[in-house]
Amino acid sequence: MAAPMRASRIRGNYLIQFAHQHTDFRIAELKALIDLFNVDIQWDEKSLGDESPYLKVKILSEEDVRKIGSRSVLIKNIIELWGHGGTYSELNESLRETNRNIMVPHFVKEKSFKFELDAFNKKLSHSYKLEMFQHLPQDVLAFQGDVSLDNPDEAFFLLEDYGPFGSQAPENPHQIYFGRQISEGQRDAIRKYTLQSRKFIANTSMDACLSLLMANIGQVKKDNLVIDPFVGTGSLLVACAHHGAYVMGTDINYLLLHARGKPSRAKQEKRESDESIQANLCQYGLGDFYLDAVIGDASKHRMWRQQPMFDAIITDPPYGVREKAKKVGTGVEDVKLSDDQKIGHVPHKVDYHLGQIFKDLLNFAAKFLHMGGRLVYWFPVYRRSYKEENIPTHPCLHRIANCEQALNCRISRRLITMEKVRPFEEIHESDNAQVEVDHYEDASFRQMYFHPRQSKGDNSKEQVENGELSIKGENDNIESTSLTENG
Amino acid sequence: MFTSPHGKGGKQDKMKLLTHNMLTSNIIKTVTNGYPLKIVPTQVEVKTVDFNPEFISRMLPKIDWPALCQAAQSVGHGEGLPEALTEKYEEDEMLLKKVHHVLMQVEVLEGNLVCPETGRQFPISSGIPNMLLNEDEV
Repeated sequence: MAAPMRASRIRGNYLIQFAHQHTDFRIAELKALIDLFNVDIQWDEKSLGDESPYLKVKILSEEDVRKIGSRSVLIKNIIELWGHGGTYSELNESLRETNRNIMVPHFVKEKSFKFELDAFNKKLSHSYKLEMFQHLPQDVLAFQGDVSLDNPDEAFFLLEDYGPFGSQAPENPHQIYFGRQISEGQRDAIRKYTLQSRKFIANTSMDACLSLLMANIGQVKKDNLVIDPFVGTGSLLVACAHHGAYVMGTDINYLLLHARGKPSRAKQEKRESDESIQANLCQYGLGDFYLDAVIGDASKHRMWRQQPMFDAIITDPPYGVREKAKKVGTGVEDVKLSDDQKIGHVPHKVDYHLGQIFKDLLNFAAKFLHMGGRLVYWFPVYRRSYKEENIPTHPCLHRIANCEQALNCRISRRLITMEKVRPFEEIHESDNAQVEVDHYEDASFRQMYFHPRQSKGDNSKEQVENGELSIKGENDNIESTSLTENG
Repeated sequence: MFTSPHGKGGKQDKMKLLTHNMLTSNIIKTVTNGYPLKIVPTQVEVKTVDFNPEFISRMLPKIDWPALCQAAQSVGHGEGLPEALTEKYEEDEMLLKKVHHVLMQVEVLEGNLVCPETGRQFPISSGIPNMLLNEDEV
């Protein structure tokens, strides 16, 4: 009994190499996938926290490793860890101590192979890479097969870590890992679904990486029914359909759904006649997964037959920055329209208070999600005044994750993931979504975005000067684009 | 009304009866049971969608069956649908295929959805139903 136990324990050491992107979302995605595939993965919580893209994990089966790799968009690689150390001599020592039984089968003559060296926080020259491969212990790594760079049977990775991103990289790496590649992540899917070549886009279309990430955190899978109540051009539906889910959406914007509005591409004068959400899905061969887009007001839940229907609600509600947040109404009581007026009438819309959008969204999820179904949505915040009490709660929904994507030094959006844990019928009618502290009480998000000085408690200028936040460069860009778009 | 067959890969948006099965007009202030909406089609199309028995079996318990039968009839595709669902529908491939056809393949391109109580019309234009109310109705 002892031998197989030991073997399985040794076999269980893997290293995840994350891409350096959306670092705050790594663990949320990983945990969602662990739960989705019901696999057993453990890691040392202490090894998290810094922005290092390397995470040592213990996984019992190689099959489980491949499952995670088959979905994750934030993982670049997962390798079976054969050795690691703070220096090359420590790495070599570690390789010598590794059980040869896990290595030898991969050295056989019949298997072609390649080596790759990848480093975090330093650009390495080709000659440096060649030199480092020479440092590896040739007697331990006794390869007999042929080298094949294009299509090897096995790929081996030497991974170097030069410390926290953005800091001056030291002369030598402070961690080095070596192992056999088991699985790649889904970085290729991000390239496949890039918005640059998407048929139908608008100002707020979600980029491919974040869309796929949302589908993963929402645990969207084959044969699911998924809705986006603020569907826009359907960029989130594309990501969900990629996983074999059937998708639908609603939007209050009549012109957008009919693709008659102003195009978002700089050099395009008017929208083409065949631009539609359907066309976006067809572009990737996913047309069969598209159900419908309905022009509707997301605040009107009675538009739907009252019963749980959806496996996931994946959405990006309007923040009122690049598009206005609207619902039908006039703000005046007792409006009457004559019959003549009703023909082809586009109803007047009133501003939809952001705080209310999110409460409505949670109530919608509580009613229409299946038990265990997930709601994934973006919540924009003014970083200075944000606190956890700003995130709405609902007795039927349990919060799973809350990850931040900084948009500039003042503004970020947080991806909130909730799971339905209690049937809606069990709660009292009045016991619906609540917010302890309304983040948008004093000013609309648009006001906070464009006129930060007028919002209370703002010290963003000092913040930047003190160097508390270091993402200024890209921000200016985002802000000026938005300003132009909004005239 | 006419039905035209439409090949696979049509990019034109059209309303599916699956969606119709979920929509109501209970958003109108005075309406208490705005379900099912009557379909008054002017143009219906049939396209080919891959048959996925697992998805259809998953959807069936959520489908309001009488509403689906009525909708299928109103667009001229009601033939062969049983009046009530049998218990072991998952094993009845013929039935699943028929349901797949009406839920996923028969689509309304132009027409109206009509509130059963007030007669209020919700237009389906270029395949997209417009469920917005006017400001005097909210």
